[in-house]
Amino acid sequence: MSETLAPTPGQTIGPFFHDALPYDGGAFLVPAGTAGAVRLHGTVYDGSGAPVPDALLEVRQADPSGAAPRAEGSLRRDGRFTGWGRAATDASGRYAFTTVEPAGVDGGAAFFSVVVLARGLLDRLFTRAYLPGQSDAFLAGLPAAEAQTLRVVREDDGSLRFDVHLQGDRETVFLRYPRHER
Amino acid sequence: MDSQARITAEIAEAHAATPPGGAQPRIDFLPYRSSALRHPTKDLRHADPEGIELVAPVFGHSDVDPVEADLTIQHGGEPIGERMLLTGRVLDGDGRPVRHQLVEIWQANAGGRYIHKRDQHPAPIDPSFTGVGRCLTDGDGVYRFTTIKPGPYPWRNHLNAWRPAHIHFSLFGTEFTQRLVTQMYFPGDPLFALDPIYQSITDQAARDRLVATYDHDLTTHEWATGYRWDIVLTGTHATPLERDDHE
Ligand SMILES: [Fe+3]
Repeated sequence: MSETLAPTPGQTIGPFFHDALPYDGGAFLVPAGTAGAVRLHGTVYDGSGAPVPDALLEVRQADPSGAAPRAEGSLRRDGRFTGWGRAATDASGRYAFTTVEPAGVDGGAAFFSVVVLARGLLDRLFTRAYLPGQSDAFLAGLPAAEAQTLRVVREDDGSLRFDVHLQGDRETVFLRYPRHER
Repeated sequence: MDSQARITAEIAEAHAATPPGGAQPRIDFLPYRSSALRHPTKDLRHADPEGIELVAPVFGHSDVDPVEADLTIQHGGEPIGERMLLTGRVLDGDGRPVRHQLVEIWQANAGGRYIHKRDQHPAPIDPSFTGVGRCLTDGDGVYRFTTIKPGPYPWRNHLNAWRPAHIHFSLFGTEFTQRLVTQMYFPGDPLFALDPIYQSITDQAARDRLVATYDHDLTTHEWATGYRWDIVLTGTHATPLERDDHE
């Protein structure tokens, strides 16, 4: 085992990422109209409750059978399901993905792994968006109000809503994993 | 608007109030004014990564055209400015190369202007340069770009605020937990001490890890200067037996 190297620090994504990171089809993990397709959408809010119009979200997910996709082709999908997508928020702080609902991997709970980036946010944040009705030891171990921030809401139209609160009363629970030094 | 002197004093206070050795930026770093309402106030929650978090998205030659690594040839004309080669290795926290993985960059032009529609800095747009590039690392984790050295640019954090010249980088490891977005800087920049984004990393050794090295052996005769910058992602969680690359 080699010794652990010091990590390169993160920095904010800044205001000018839109010509570089978002791309055509980035928010469509499956084409619209695919059987089982669902919209995963929400709004990113700051600590005053104002929407954040210059955030970027990435989602990583299993497929409906619980398999973690390892296929290339996320930038030019050509019909492949790669289980990763990227969407910037619009002027109203809203984002939306078109995807399919994941199943849990290896018997775990079904969730989207979410990375949040924004101007004003000095490092990326990780969180989880658990599908309705899903739970696991991690979620069950949180105070109820905090656990609620990680639960996807099924809307009347069948879409899935997951809002992100960077700060404030309803601040989303963000994660650190072992080996993330802070 | 606050003065540079005030921001500089706040930076010094924040550094003095932070224990030494932090490897990452403070996300609650108020000299960077835009962070005030956009940083979580609760500690990040410890989670053991599982399932999908342990698998990064996979990119390949179907995703990236090799010409995307040369930012100087994308628009039919020669961009203005100092042509430079930029290369380095992407390693994980255990020193293993991150192979065949996506690297994305974006930057201002030589005059400090982004192509972005919201960039109002009255420096000229260069029609031959959009400042956006992509490549895949090779089998040794090496990335390679040809670009133009970006200029510093003003912003509205405080009166007479200027960002040191930098290139934005977006990186993936082999696990999704290793996702990194950061900025690379150039050696000896006189704006370092004044910049609240760079100074949000309170440890000097950690800040130094964002600064590229000028490499004269990479510089090519009558063509381009050369800079080298290695990137280290956080460590992976897989045990050695679970990994497919034994070294
Ligand atoms: Fe920038």
